[in-house]
Order: sequence, then structure tokens, then C-alpha cells
Amino acid sequence: MLELLMRALIGGLGVAAVAGPLGAFVVWRRMAYFGDTLAHSALLGVALGFLLDINLNFAIVVLCVGLALVLVALQKKQIIATDTLLGILAHSALSLGLVAVSFLDNIRIDLMAYLFGDLLAISQTDLYWIYGGGVVVMTLLVTFWRPLLALTVNEELAKVEGYPVEAIRLLLMLLVAVVIAVAMKIVGVLLITSLMIIPAATSRKLSQTPVQMATFAGVLGCLSVCGGLWASYHWDTPTGPSVVVCAALLFLIAYSLPLRRIQ
Amino acid sequence: MSTRLAELQEIGIRFGDRQLLSNINITLHQGEIVTLIGPNGSGKSTLIRTLLGLQEPTSGKVIRHNTLRIGYMPQKLHIDPTLPLTVKHFLGLVRGVNKKDIRPTLNKVGIPHLENSQVHVLSGGETQRLLLARALLNRPTLLVLDEPVQGVDVSGQVEIYNLINTIRQELNCGVFMISHDLHLVMAQTDTVVCINQHVCCSGSPQHVKGHPAYKALFGIPGADESLAIYSHQHDHVHDDSGEVVEEGHVHGPNCNHHAH
Repeated sequence: MLELLMRALIGGLGVAAVAGPLGAFVVWRRMAYFGDTLAHSALLGVALGFLLDINLNFAIVVLCVGLALVLVALQKKQIIATDTLLGILAHSALSLGLVAVSFLDNIRIDLMAYLFGDLLAISQTDLYWIYGGGVVVMTLLVTFWRPLLALTVNEELAKVEGYPVEAIRLLLMLLVAVVIAVAMKIVGVLLITSLMIIPAATSRKLSQTPVQMATFAGVLGCLSVCGGLWASYHWDTPTGPSVVVCAALLFLIAYSLPLRRIQ
Repeated sequence: MSTRLAELQEIGIRFGDRQLLSNINITLHQGEIVTLIGPNGSGKSTLIRTLLGLQEPTSGKVIRHNTLRIGYMPQKLHIDPTLPLTVKHFLGLVRGVNKKDIRPTLNKVGIPHLENSQVHVLSGGETQRLLLARALLNRPTLLVLDEPVQGVDVSGQVEIYNLINTIRQELNCGVFMISHDLHLVMAQTDTVVCINQHVCCSGSPQHVKGHPAYKALFGIPGADESLAIYSHQHDHVHDDSGEVVEEGHVHGPNCNHHAH
């Protein structure tokens, strides 16, 4: 039991530590819906992984990254407003995933675990994926911090100053895709974006600089994982939703305290 | 002839079936201020975006000489309120910036006291100065300014135009800017280009002012006196903030400090 909890804790912390800083970018660039779309499509990755009998984590990462690329290409064509496009893709992908899963008669899939996450089901292999993916994402985030931030602040200025704007934008989308794919096990496809957005939003109240906001977001995410696991252990509540409830509580506390928003 | 920085050659831009710009020729030189004027929807911003490489021309070409290094000051700065950002950090985002240059540049544009302020709380004039500082930190040979005095009151506008002129003289850079307020800007402009989808007229401010095409676009009957172009010879000195320095000052026949 203790080993199970430890593994859940280590996995959860790994995910939250990366999801927080990247979540700051999701908040700044208003990419929440983009994240949701990728997350919803992850279920399709699970179904494909079973159908083709390949590693599930690998299938999810490939599908999320692939979809991110498709989105970038479609956005450029400007066939339809971006949020409409995202709405179509998000729910089509989710439904397609559910339909695909229903064809897998000979395999029992715990659908709830994929939709809402199950921290306690984390395996040793999952931990490797989380920490492998996490290190890659954090390294890229730190290395390209300034271009990523310059792009977020003002794309045109960044472009005139000579930043490779298109490449950086793509990088950011791919980073979000990888984090979502890896984090899906923890809080599930329906809740994963909340683990990116809520800690970052809470962190805004406490920060004066982008670096502070990203760092606090990671810390707050980790606190939420600890709190959620603790609640789950004590009251036998589902782990994924417990983590999100905990993050939401932190948000409420931060915004109801008479903390001076630093100007 | 001073060094050429960039040339716009027979630029044409078409959005769908709408011809926004056609046959625009402008050459930008070092040390020269070129002001682009024209009514709303005349394609001023589109032309500037073409020079910056943010917009591909449908026809014609943009020649960027080796000497060209652009410092761009956009019309507005919108930063998402969820992004905490101080003036210092905003300027630190310039590609390849030397952090040591930030403080002197803030001094130059007159806002050294705002170094640690959040960008969201700056006033209109302070924001324009911040954007100018960012453009300068890119070590430009050409400053490209899209309505540099937007949201600034008249006395502030004069200060900012004087600042731009001072910077031009100090760096010997070219300046290419869009403006609405003709009489304020013309005093310090070398060449005025008046466009409305095509170049209506261009030349020195005095020349353009008298040109029939200019009058047709901007002339309001009976408004000649109230919109008189400020074209007197400078017979007094300004300090850094644009105030007239009284010492040793002789009033000239055209000198009108109230309009200043």
C-alpha cells in the first residue's frame, strides 16, 4: 500500500512540476481550449494503442503531437475560426475515441480511469515516461525560455527582432502536447488541462515576474497533488478529481485572501 | 547621397479582390526622417508591415540592404493581464540584448524611474516611451514607428517627436513613421509621403503641403489657418523634455509658444 502511494506521489509530483510552468504559457497565450482538444484526443490514442497492440504511452504521445501539427496547419489556412475548429476537433476526437474503445470487446478498459485519471494505477514504466518526458520538456522550456516569452508578449516585435517565430510557436504546441500525453494517466483526459491552468492562475496572484509565476505554478501543482492524494487516502475519494479540487481550493484561498496584487 | 537602408519597389498588395496598395516606391536613407501620411484605410500600416516582413507583397519587392537593422515600435502594446511583466523584463526580451544597455536606454527615453513597474500600469505616454526603448535596444539603423504618439496628449506628442528627432541625430539612423497629426510632425520631417492606395504626392513638407493631391485628401475648406503647418525656423532651444529653454532666447516672427 505504501509503495503504491509513494509511486503515485512521485508520478503526480513529476507531472505537476512540469504542467505548472507550461500551464503559465497556456494561460498567457489563452491556449486552454487547445489543451482540451489535445487531451480529448488522447483517448483515441489509447484505443489505437490497444488496436495496434503498441505501447499505450507511445501511442498517446504520437497522437497528441500529430494532432498538434494538424491544428497548426489548419489554423494557418484560416478555414474557420480557431475556437470553432478546436471545438469540432475536441469533441469529434473524444467521441471517436469512445467509439473506438467500444470495438475492443476482448479487452476490458477502465474507461473511468482514462477519463478522470487514476494516480494509484501508475506503473513503474509510467514513471519512466513521466520523468523522461518531464526532463525533455523542462530542458526545452528553460533553453528556449526567452524566445518563448518574447513570442508570448508580442509576436510581431519578436519576428522583427529576428526570432524564428513559427518554429517557436510550433515548439510550444508540441511541448503542451507531450505534457498532456504524459499527464493523462494522472488526472484523465477530461481534467488534465485543469492541472495546467488552475495552479498557473493561482500563481498569478503571487507573482511579479514570468519566472516567478511559472515556478510558483509548479509548486502549487505539487501541493495540489499531495493534498489530493492525502484526501484520496483518507476518504477514499477518486484521486484525479481530488487533485483538481485541491488545486481549485488553493485558487480560492489565494484570491480571497486580502493579498496585495503587486503592481 | 547618404547610405541607402531599404527600398520599397513597386509594391502592390491585394487582399482578395481588393487592391490595397499599388505601385508604391519609397527609398529610405540613413539619417533621414520619412513620414507616411494618409487617410484611414489608405494602407499605411500595411505598407509598414511589408517593410518589416510581416506582410508579403503581392507584387513588387522589398530590398533590405546589409546596413539595415530595424527597431520597430508598434502602434499598441497589448500584454495579457495574466502575464506579470516589469519594464525591465519586457526590455530584456529583445533578441541578443545586453542587459547593461537597458538602464541607459530608459534614461534616454525619459522613464528611468519605471524600471521595476509592471507594464500594465503605464500611462499612454509611458507605454510609447517603453516601446521606443525596446526599438532602440535592437540597435537600429532604421526606426520604424507606427503612429508613435497614439494615446498621448498634445504636449506629450511634441515631446515624443522631439525625442525621436534627438535620437535620429544621435544615432544617425533613418526614421520611417506613420502619422495622423500633420502639423506637429512635419516640422521635423525631411520627406513626407502621402498615400491613399498609391503615392499621391511626396517631397518636402512644404512641397506636399501645397500639392493639390494633399489638399484634396486633407484640405478642409476654411481650415487652412487653424491647421497651418508648423514650418518656422527654429529660433530657440529645447531641453530634453521638450520645454523651451528661455536663456538666450530671441522671439522670431513665427514663434508661438502657446502652440508649442
